[in-house]
Amino acid sequence: MSKYNKLPKEAPLILFIKEQKEPLFSKKNRALLTDPMDDNNPITVQVLGICSALAITVQLKPAIVMSLSVIAVMAASNVIISLLRDLIPNRIRIIVQLVVVASMVILVDQILRAYAYDVSKELSIFIGLIITNCIVMGRLEAFALGNGVWKSFLDGIGNAAGYGFILIVVAFFRELLGSGKLLGYQVIPDLIYEMGYVNNGLMLLSPMALITVGIYIWLQRSKNRNLIEKN
Amino acid sequence: MESYLNLFVKSIFIENMIFAYFLGMCSYLAVSKTVKTAVGLGFAVIFVLTITVPINFLIDTYVLKPGALKWIGPEYETVNLSFLSFIMFIAVIASMVQLVEMIVERFSPELYGALGIFLPLIAVNCAILGGSLFMQQKDFSGITESAVYGFGSGIGWLLAIVAIAAIREKIAYSNVPAPLRGLGITFIITGLMALGFMSFMGIKL
Repeated sequence: MSKYNKLPKEAPLILFIKEQKEPLFSKKNRALLTDPMDDNNPITVQVLGICSALAITVQLKPAIVMSLSVIAVMAASNVIISLLRDLIPNRIRIIVQLVVVASMVILVDQILRAYAYDVSKELSIFIGLIITNCIVMGRLEAFALGNGVWKSFLDGIGNAAGYGFILIVVAFFRELLGSGKLLGYQVIPDLIYEMGYVNNGLMLLSPMALITVGIYIWLQRSKNRNLIEKN
Repeated sequence: MESYLNLFVKSIFIENMIFAYFLGMCSYLAVSKTVKTAVGLGFAVIFVLTITVPINFLIDTYVLKPGALKWIGPEYETVNLSFLSFIMFIAVIASMVQLVEMIVERFSPELYGALGIFLPLIAVNCAILGGSLFMQQKDFSGITESAVYGFGSGIGWLLAIVAIAAIREKIAYSNVPAPLRGLGITFIITGLMALGFMSFMGIKL
């Protein structure tokens, strides 16, 4: 428990350091948005938020809806936690964070049920699981608790977009190779089917999501050698 | 009795939290470097799932479901609080984890030393919330059924994490292509294991 007791003593020090004014889209702030897309991708590098990324990528449409929902939830909860960051007692911060995230998720869930009922049926419990999506909690803990509102907002959008990017890439290949469609429209012409092409049914099975992400990680790390792990 | 056994086997193998639904993947990947820590986290998950699923079942049946508040009085029959289920479930889980942490710390310092760092992690393990949300979808008839389901899902999760940890300990000695090392190969192995677990799907219980 010693790590919890230590923090409040150090906290006042932070208050005295005046933040320098910087333009809204300074280089640092832009990096907050673009880093998570590649070098610091939440899924392939930080290993956050994998559960939901895998289960809903059979088709492109639910993947896109899921990405948008996560972007909305992360931006909003990052801003709220960043506003409250000096008021939250350290010991109960996880419960406070969970409650804030859960209320945002309920909003998103109710909106989806009202305007896109069939997609929300398809996503079933996975909208609810955004609450425990480690990407949200991870960024709240690592970033929003110690940074200003605008920066936290950018960080939320950036990380959620990096997450959505992987989701959409995986869903694109699974839907294309698995059912020959994109967003429900057939893209592989009938002519090719007549020549003997068969959809790869294996891609529709959930384990292939893991293997697709594995291959993406392989490609990304062969391109960017800094990311290679020692063991 | 037989139906409980069916449910138990089904929740371990056929509806395995990791290989069928990919729930709890984050801690599964992060804590599976050695078998010892994997076993510790696995038991903590079993413990928390077995407690929280039945509690959430009671809350769902007597407070949240449409018409659940009937026991207060007939005028409450039309109240539907099911939109609150996410926030109630997660609050129960977070507070139960905190409570369990305090109880274990007080009565069994050894167990606390072993599980200590994993317990707070569990509050945000998707497998725990997933267990409660699946419980809500499945419409169990009684509290025993939900407890058996929670316990079985926990055991399935333990099996999965111990298996991958054992494989990762061995794979440290093999010559994996550099960009695949660590995360990449773990993903692919998990995918292959999940394909293996799909063979249970044909079993009808």
